[in-house]
Amino acid sequence: MNDASLSIATPKRAQTSGRQKFALAMAGLGAVLLLLVWAAQNAFAPVPVLLVALGLMIAGALLFVREEYLTRPEGIRNNGVWFRSLSARGVWGWLIAVVLTGFYTVLYFFPESWFTGLTALFSPFSHLLRRMPADKWFVYGALYTFSILVMGVKFMFKYRHNRYQVLRTVSVMFFQLGFAFLIPAFLQMMQQPEYYFTYFWPLKDYYGSPGAVQYYSSATDISVYFILFSTFMIVVATPVLTYFFGKRWYCSWVCGCGGLAETAGDPFRHLSDKSLKAWRIERWIIHSVLVAVAVLTGLLWLNSWQQGGVLGRFSHVYSTAYGYIIGMAFSGVVGVGFYPLLGSRVWCRFGCPMAAILGILQKKKSKFRITVNGGQCISCGNCSAYCEMGIDVRHYAQRGQDVVRASCVGCGICAAVCPRGVLRLEGAASDAGERARQLRTVHVRLEDVKIL
Amino acid sequence: MKIVILGNGIAGITAARHVRKRSDHDITVISDESDHFFSRTALMYVYMGHMRFKDTKPFEDWFWEKNRINLLHARVERIDFQEKILYFAPRGNLPGVFTGQGGNVPGENTERGAAGVPEPLSYDKLLLATGSKPNKFGWPGQDLDGVHGLYHLQDLEAMERHSAFMLNGQPITNNQQPATKRAVIVGGGLIGVEMAEMFHSRNIPVTFLVRESDFWNVVLPPEEARMVSRHLREHHIDLRLETELKEILPDDSGKKCTAVVTNKGEKIDCGFVGLTAGVSPNVDFLRNTELEISRGILVNEFLETNIPNVYAAGDCAELRQPLPGRKPIEAVWYTGRMMGETAAHNLISDFGLGIADWHNPQSPIRNPQSYTPGIWFNSAKFFDIEYQVYGDIRPHLPEGHATLYWEHPDGKKSIRLNYEKSGGRITGFNLMGVRYRQEVCDKWIRTGTHVEEVLHRLGMANFDPEFCPQHEKELIRVYNRQTGRHLKLRQKRGLDAVLDFLR
Repeated sequence: MNDASLSIATPKRAQTSGRQKFALAMAGLGAVLLLLVWAAQNAFAPVPVLLVALGLMIAGALLFVREEYLTRPEGIRNNGVWFRSLSARGVWGWLIAVVLTGFYTVLYFFPESWFTGLTALFSPFSHLLRRMPADKWFVYGALYTFSILVMGVKFMFKYRHNRYQVLRTVSVMFFQLGFAFLIPAFLQMMQQPEYYFTYFWPLKDYYGSPGAVQYYSSATDISVYFILFSTFMIVVATPVLTYFFGKRWYCSWVCGCGGLAETAGDPFRHLSDKSLKAWRIERWIIHSVLVAVAVLTGLLWLNSWQQGGVLGRFSHVYSTAYGYIIGMAFSGVVGVGFYPLLGSRVWCRFGCPMAAILGILQKKKSKFRITVNGGQCISCGNCSAYCEMGIDVRHYAQRGQDVVRASCVGCGICAAVCPRGVLRLEGAASDAGERARQLRTVHVRLEDVKIL
Repeated sequence: MKIVILGNGIAGITAARHVRKRSDHDITVISDESDHFFSRTALMYVYMGHMRFKDTKPFEDWFWEKNRINLLHARVERIDFQEKILYFAPRGNLPGVFTGQGGNVPGENTERGAAGVPEPLSYDKLLLATGSKPNKFGWPGQDLDGVHGLYHLQDLEAMERHSAFMLNGQPITNNQQPATKRAVIVGGGLIGVEMAEMFHSRNIPVTFLVRESDFWNVVLPPEEARMVSRHLREHHIDLRLETELKEILPDDSGKKCTAVVTNKGEKIDCGFVGLTAGVSPNVDFLRNTELEISRGILVNEFLETNIPNVYAAGDCAELRQPLPGRKPIEAVWYTGRMMGETAAHNLISDFGLGIADWHNPQSPIRNPQSYTPGIWFNSAKFFDIEYQVYGDIRPHLPEGHATLYWEHPDGKKSIRLNYEKSGGRITGFNLMGVRYRQEVCDKWIRTGTHVEEVLHRLGMANFDPEFCPQHEKELIRVYNRQTGRHLKLRQKRGLDAVLDFLR
């Protein structure tokens, strides 16, 4: 029980048990195996090696989190979050950030030939699912899904007392595995074009372009329905669903980017910046990206209509630039690479144009809000600290104001970590602004106050 | 007008903010504890690593200058109420503030160690909001090193220091022996359970001495008190009921605690003793002045002291005429905030010319605001069990009252409704592990709603997260069994109905 701290510098004792160290070693071994195959540029006995590597990682991770959460009574367990190097921007945090950023840079900007080892390793799996060899995107998709599933289980262990959190996590795991991994693979097996039914314009800007419309209209006899579905989702379903449920129907229940943030990114959620300055910057950047993608799509359609007559190659150059800067560098490299530095929702908060649209809808036309329970707030700040979107929830809670913010993805963690039961995600037909704007002084009889 | 507020806790800061919101007066807030307002209730989360100290500050540091609220980190030594002047202690005497990471709290304590004495400060109106200090009941050894309450930032620092000592077994100074790795907490109240959770989070074993036969059963009804006792033991807290502290033993140096002796004669070795047997007003430096003090600073319903233009609010204030069913001193975050609001109003009303004046119908009194905290409410969290109370819930049911109690089979959730036997007026709600809406419960109690009407519409009160199981029907079944009635839940959970009801 009383083994000494692993670190000399901190008076806070590390709470990693022997079993957890063993579990970490197992998971680490699995990861090393993958790296070795990658480095070797070739895969020997890919099926058993892949099974062993993933098996070790799954077993290690599950054993670790079992030990971490299931050995204790259920409830909020954020002990030591700010003491651990990994979750408090310590050496481990920076190291992971560099590794992730490096990985994404290689993934996006380096050729397929850099991945021959991993693609060879994953090819039998790819043949099974798609009847074709693996490429780097298949490997990436598989690992991405794997992360969401494993870390999703961890998240459900952690919040097992809270059914909202459990169901939400089942949902993101389901949509990632089914809609973002198996169905696209299945489509390819059936000789259909690859398609993601959970990504729409403007997040997937390509689906709104004339190129995509032309392609899917004629690729196969059913592919036209794919593009019609996406168009319906963004034009009709998005405003309706957002009206009833807020942007969470997508961001924290369906979206794959959100799925990774909510599961693998959960240990970093508290690292988001809560300052007013960060909020200002956020609004500028995210709406600029929305404008940029709108301009992009407009240009492409104009150019298509004019057959390149007016803008020449400009729309192509613009499109390529958007792809590199926003699609790859921002959403990919920074979006995940900076998890351990700026929190798990960097892309969702500062960049995602889909989130921008959902945010405007949520703020202007939605039943959704976070209700504040009378005067019960003690200003402790857990809600703000664990808001992955960097919303200073406490600012509203301590004034008794309901929270209506464009960026809120409805993850519900603020309500979960609140030690006084002050916050609830809910909806009502009445104007959300009614209780969000005014300061509700529930404890001084305002009718008595005449002079003020 | 120059308003000076002594104390930057929730009462003082709420007053400062509301004065600024409604007036343009000069405001200065003085504290010897920290540069900036922080949430005292969140100190435990800093120790547990849930948050950094800076995360406990509800307002960013630029807020104060922007709102022209002057902050002064200094210790008031003496107040001249005649001349309306505050005199300060030398700066070097400020209590130290460190984090456990071995450095000063960033952005805090900038004045500490600075030379000189701050200039005396004059005021037109003064608000005393000096808060509390942990109770000490004259136990032998109560002032030893390693014996601390949990109230001030400095108490957190002490816990950090001694925890490092207990965990790593390394003496802080050469003449100390390695400490025993156990903390003993004395007094079963809300701060005691927080402290237990704090040490527990660092795997420091905790022995919890509680005088009562179940945890906090001077406030909680027996079932709820037993629930908390069970839960503490589930977390491996060594809970010693009906056990009191007799004395604290020093180590060889004679300076630091090393064990406690209980009233049962048992000696328990420990590296830390937490004194959490309540708090009392922090007013010692004001005693023996013309300010009338009993346990706290005596105030009327307008929070005026006996001295004109001097007010008191928060933990340090004692109401001369407590509200019906309430105590003269209520050292709770919420009452501090409400008093702060009330004081702010009265500080900037024109009537503040002294008690004698506003009783005179000829004097230019304008609309003083009496302290009206409304229906009692409070909340806490005992490890994983949240607690909310609305209205009148006593450990023993008063004459003529009935209680309706449901407990979940897992023993970690319960709902209790109290009501009058004749007439059926609802009087209180006590919730464990279940969240209820304050405004709905408050309105039911305020309007004396019949318990059956409440039960019919109880879904409205539920504030638990979506998809969480709701237990209102089970409570109604208990009622039907007890009374032979056949009530049904008619109103489901949902905000629309709530907003209609509250309108």
